[in-house]
Parts: sequence; structure tokens; C-alpha cells
Amino acid sequence: MKIVVAVKQVAALDEEFELLEDGTGVDPDFIERDVNEWDTFSLEAALQLRDSAGGEGNEVVAITVGDEESEEGLLSCLAKGADRAVRVWDGALEGADVLAVARALAAVVEREAPELVLCGVQSSDAVTGSTGTALAGYLDLPRVAVVTQLDWDAASSTATVQRELEGGLIEVLRIRAPALLTIQTGINEPRYATLRAIKQAREKPLEVVGLGELGLDPDAVQAAAGSRLVELATPDRGAGAEMLDGSPSAVAARIVEIVRDRMSG
Amino acid sequence: MSGVLVIAETRRGELREVSLELIGAAREVKDGAGGRLAVAVIGADAEQFAGDLAREGVDEVLTVSAPTEHFEAHVWQRALEGLIESEQPVLVLLGHTIDSLGFAPAVAARAGLGFASDAVKIGWSEGPRACRGAYGDKLQAELEFPGKACTLLTLRPGIFPVATEGGSAPARAVSIDLEGLARTEHVEFVEAGAGDVDITKAEFLLSIGRGIEDKDNIPRFEELAEKFGATLSVSRPIVDAGWMPSARQVGQSGKTVKPRVYLALGISGAVQHLAGMRTADTIIAVNTDPEAPIFGVAHYGAVVDLFAVADELEQALG
Repeated sequence: MKIVVAVKQVAALDEEFELLEDGTGVDPDFIERDVNEWDTFSLEAALQLRDSAGGEGNEVVAITVGDEESEEGLLSCLAKGADRAVRVWDGALEGADVLAVARALAAVVEREAPELVLCGVQSSDAVTGSTGTALAGYLDLPRVAVVTQLDWDAASSTATVQRELEGGLIEVLRIRAPALLTIQTGINEPRYATLRAIKQAREKPLEVVGLGELGLDPDAVQAAAGSRLVELATPDRGAGAEMLDGSPSAVAARIVEIVRDRMSG
Repeated sequence: MSGVLVIAETRRGELREVSLELIGAAREVKDGAGGRLAVAVIGADAEQFAGDLAREGVDEVLTVSAPTEHFEAHVWQRALEGLIESEQPVLVLLGHTIDSLGFAPAVAARAGLGFASDAVKIGWSEGPRACRGAYGDKLQAELEFPGKACTLLTLRPGIFPVATEGGSAPARAVSIDLEGLARTEHVEFVEAGAGDVDITKAEFLLSIGRGIEDKDNIPRFEELAEKFGATLSVSRPIVDAGWMPSARQVGQSGKTVKPRVYLALGISGAVQHLAGMRTADTIIAVNTDPEAPIFGVAHYGAVVDLFAVADELEQALG
């Protein structure tokens, strides 16, 4: 079976960061890049499915939309066991929103025609929770969002999945491939790459494609964007917390005092 | 195109609270959007919710009869597409909920709508505006939707005011052909394990998160909680790692708690966690990251190593 895993190299802010003067971004010096935590679980799910499938031609393809820096994320997927990787990039995708990214991903998935597409439920930076379902929308693929358990029946190409609802409720449902699932953290235990595999990852195929090669018009992809950023700002946190200063012992003493006061009332 | 269309959410015969928050939010932008506010409810049992949804400020309640007993993402997708076609709203509001995540972004993608998810603030300035988190909620992005005839927003639950009762909106059935569109098969609902303790009943929760770093540190915090007279609860990463059962989990997918005191050690405060504890009477947060979102809801905060504080708490409590 062939499985496409869509991954993202997320941006985390340093403790101290500065906004760009025009208010539409963060100074890149204060950003650290890393593989989205959710995507480590979706990749692991894909690798496990591939490894338990018998026969020939089983393949996990990691795909991403991103600049050259996001290749680190793909290399990490290759080191963990993905067979090959595809990175889509075009200047038109700079600052792309969730729908524009999904539109670009859709063209790659269409070309690959996998049985399953796995995405993380959300990314830790943008947290839209929407990329996977938007991608399924463009491709008219059946989908289940927020999957916490996945059992695959190869004979019927059917997945029995658990969907995690609010408040600890779970829905069990079945879906036939081809399909897209968004994968929640905790579904499995993501593997680590060995040092040897990290070195060998650079030998695996990593293809870089532009929008034009995928048959997409960059202007059309930009037009697919659902929103335009007006301004980034530090959120108003209201009154905020009263900060307890001093040594750990002073902080601990204040905590004991506050707890005793509140619990005695 | 004009007016606001709210999509209510129900589950297993109950109207979900977020539906009333959406109506509350819609009232704030109703005038800008052209004055009309319609609330739609989709489901096999849609009519039964019409009365409760006729809140103040609602002009019309729309019911869409669905052929599946429970929510089904693809059926709901078509229902929403059909509603947008027939009602021509300029703004559509849904809850940022697990059900919405399964179909709302697909509708926005296919119909080329303006779109943003998990909005925490909405407004109107020659068109809809929305604020949502950026960089893991450390920043807030203000968004506009230029050139879009219709914009779909999912709103974060628990933020917007619940619409008051007292409206008298009439109900109207909207007929949309939804037969044969289901692409998943419902098997069953399962309640997560009850576990050994009910954290929703605890008056004092000592809650630990990713900051405790290692499974081997769990017993230490169990002992600290006991010494302190607290019940131990955890954030999602601790359950994901298999270190504690899900019955102890606070958050959107775990339990919603409202203790007198919530002492959070090493919890940064992801949105889903905050949703489960923000209404606690007193929240004390200890975290090494001064920008951690948990400090936004905490009453008291300390930027300090949690192990150092735990050492001192153990000593102070004998």
C-alpha cells in the first residue's frame, strides 16, 4: 500500500522575540524550526501500516510545503523510515494560509494517488486544525478528523478508527480507502531515528517541485488563501497573573499560603 | 449576499453549549453583515432544537433533516454547502469543535470562502475581521478576508457570550438532498475509562504536565499531592506518553474541572488544556517559560524551575 504523510516544519518562538516593524511577522532570528509534534505520530502510524502490509510496492511518501529550511523535517521523516519525500515550493507560497497550503498539497497527493493520506490533527504553531480536512475537500476524499486509534483491514481496504470527541467521548467508525485521516497525539509511540539512519536519509529520494510542475497557477494558489494578515500583536492577556518573585523557597512559601487561604474559606 | 448564518451543534440528542455562544458572537456583527441572523441545525432530530435556538436577536431558525442518526462529516458538508447556496450569507459561524474540524475546512476549500479557524474575537470593518492565535497562541493575528463574498469562521468555545433566551424566531425547514452521501459508517460511541478517581469532584488539583520530563518523576508528584491534600491531575502529553490514565486528564478531550485551587506545574497551557480548567476559582502556575499561555489565565504565576519549587514544597509541608 502507498501512504502519503503531509508534514510541517513548524516555527517556535524564542522566549524573547521581536516583531518585524510592519507588524506582519516575527524577526526570523528569534524563530526555531522543528518537525510538528503531531506529524511524528502520523508518520509513525504510516510506517507501522506499511511494515505490516505484505507484498511488494508498499511505500510511505512524506510531503511538505515549505522553503529550503523545511527540508530538515523531511530528512527526519526519511531517517525514521519514509521511503521518499517531496517538497513543494514557490515564492507565491511565502506566508501562505491553510487553504493555499492545502491547495498545493492536493496537487502532490493527486499525482501520488495513495490509498491513505495521513496528516497531523494540527500544527503547534498555526493550530488551525484544518489543513487535513481542507486537503480532503480539494480532493473530494472521505476523511475522519482527530483519530486516536487506527486498525487497517487490507482485504477490504477499510480502516476502523476511533475519533476523539470532547469530554472523553469516543466514536468508533469505519471508512474505506482511499481516504484521509488526521492523527491525534498519543495514538502510538513515535520512533527515534538511529544515527546511521540519519546519515543514510540523505541518500533517499527528496524531490523539490514547483507549483508549475504540478500544473498549478501560482496566482490561483494565492487566490485560494482564505484570509489576509492585517497585523500580528502580543495578545491582551487581561489583568494577567500576579507574579510570585524570589527564590524557589519564597515561591513555595507563597504557594502554601495561597492554597491554605483558598481552601480554608 | 448578506446576513450571518450560525450552524448549531448537537450530539446524541443534546444541544451543545457552543451553539449559544455562536449566536452571542453573531449578534455582535449582525448589523455590519446586513442585519439578518439565521441559525441552522442539521440532524435527524433537527426540529426538536428549534425552540431552544430561537434566542434573542435570532431572526430565523432553519432545520435541515439529515438521514444519519449521528453527525457524519460528509453529510454535514453537503448540508452546509446547500445552506450557503440557499441562504447566501456573508458570514458563517461554527464552533471550533471536533465535529467542525471534520467538514468546515472542506466546505471553505471547495467553495473558495474566506476562512479562519479557532477565532477568539470577531468584528466588522467593511467586511468581517477575526483574531486568532499565532505561533502557538503566543501572538495574536488579526485577519481580513478581502474579495470573499462569504467567509466561514470557526470560533473557539468558551470565549463568546451565551445568547440570552427570549427570542421568538420562526422555524423553517430547508430541504437539502443528503441521501447516500455518508462516507463513514458509525459503529458505536464509547465513554473513556472511568478510572480510579473523579478529578471533576476534587476541590484542590495539583496538575502536572510535560515539564516533569520523565515517567520516573510521577511518584514524586503523587506523594507531593498527597502531602498537600490535593488530587493529582495531568495535561495531555502525560496521558499520550502512557504515564497516567486518561481519567486524570484535564482539557478539551479530557475532563473539565472547576476546583477551588488549580496548581499547575510544568504545564504551558495549550488551548485544549485551558478549555478544561480556566474557570477554576484560583489558578497558580509554575513554568520556566515567561511567555507560557497558562500565565494568561492564572491568578498567580511563578517563572521558576518546577523541581526546585517541588523540593521546597516538600520541605515546607514536612
